[in-house]
Parts: sequence; structure tokens; C-alpha cells
Amino acid sequence: MTVKEVAEKLGLKILTGNGEREIKGFYACDLLSWVISHARTGDMWLTVMNNINILAVASLVDVSCIVIPEGVEIYENLAQRANDKEITILSTDMSAADTIIKAHDLISGK
Amino acid sequence: MSDNVVKLHYDIDAEDFTTAGEASSGVKKTLTRLGVNPEVIKRVSIAMYEAEINAVIHANGGVADVEITPERVTVVISDRGPGIPNVDKAMTPGWSTASNTVRELGFGAGMGLPNMKRYTDEMYVESEVGVGTKVTLIVNIVS
Repeated sequence: MTVKEVAEKLGLKILTGNGEREIKGFYACDLLSWVISHARTGDMWLTVMNNINILAVASLVDVSCIVIPEGVEIYENLAQRANDKEITILSTDMSAADTIIKAHDLISGK
Repeated sequence: MSDNVVKLHYDIDAEDFTTAGEASSGVKKTLTRLGVNPEVIKRVSIAMYEAEINAVIHANGGVADVEITPERVTVVISDRGPGIPNVDKAMTPGWSTASNTVRELGFGAGMGLPNMKRYTDEMYVESEVGVGTKVTLIVNIVS
């Protein structure tokens, strides 16, 4: 299931990018070096970090999208750079755990 | 075989963190263009990003020299920072001297050097206190 499809069904707001990548797994962590070494290609990555460095990490790991949970806002320069790099960022008021559980249930058809 | 060697040079700017990752992203693009195995590209770019971030965090930036041959990718990142007093200790996962500001940005987990080792086939750290640090990262394309 694509990022866009999951976003529409769970009410996640797409802030940047087109959301056309397939979600292949889930990963939640804010320590960037930890994410680099443990997240996998195609993961939906959840982090409350909203600085520019998350884009380099997302690009290096090649995640399908970044989800900023708990209503944390992102700044205009981050949004611009994400669009330039064609990285999809979503936001939600849900917690990281709730988002992953709901997205996982949706994708696995529960 | 010299015509099969690609050499790249980057200045790692330490002004802020917003451009950190430009060098490793550039290398990733070049390796992709050369048709290198995606797993090799991922290993090189992750290890190089960590070294690049380290140069920004600890040493006010530095330089990166990259050599790509059909056999391997060699990345050398040099800085004129404070040096590492105890390299063995710095290689310990979780050990970090990063400032709180750096930690608030999501770095400083003490995973940089361990990640570099994990993702490379060979890694060398040469460091002298008060002079600087040179990290050499080698990833084999043909094993």
C-alpha cells in the first residue's frame, strides 16, 4: 500500500512530496545515527525531529516517507527542501505508536 | 586502469548543519550513475555521512576525497579539529562528547564511528590531539 493511500485512510496530512512510494515497514526513532543504522529501505519513519538533517537521513536510508507525529509542526525551509528532494513528509496528531499500529493494521487487512 | 578511476573532492562546510550530508549525497548520486550495486551505495553513503557529520560537529568542517575504482570506493575525510585523545574509547557504541545542542538535533548518540566500522570493509582512524583527524573508509565493490 502506498503512503498516499495510508494517509487518506488514516487522515495523515501530506505536507511535502507525492506519497507514491510503497510502505514496506515501520521505524520510529529520533536519534539520527540510530535510524541510519537500523531503519530499512521503504520504511515509514516516525520522528518528532523537525530539523533539516532528517532529510539527509531519509534520503540515505531511502525510507518511503517521514511522519511527524503528536502535532509537531515543520518549518517552511524544511518543507521546501523536502519538496526539492522529493521526500514525502506527513503530519498527524496521533502518537508514533498509534500511527504505526493503525497503519500496520490497515496494510495487513486487519 | 586509470581511466576507470573517478575522483571527487568536497569541502565540508561547518557553518551550520543545514548543508551536512551534501558530500555523501553527491557521492551517492555519482555511484548511482555509475551503476554500482545499491547495497554498496547505501554502505558508502551511510559511513560517509557519519564521518561528514563528525567533521561538522567536532572539527569545524573539513575535506572529503573520494576515489571510485571498479574494485572499491575509498573515502578519506580529514579535519583540523581537536583530534581524538582515545580512539578505542571513541569507537565504543554510545560514547560521545557531543554538546547538548548537537544532541537536540538528533546526533551525539555515540554511534558515528561504530556505524562507519559496521558499514565498511576497512576503516582507519588517524588522529592527533591539537592537529586533526583523518578517517579512511573503504567499501569493496568486488568482494
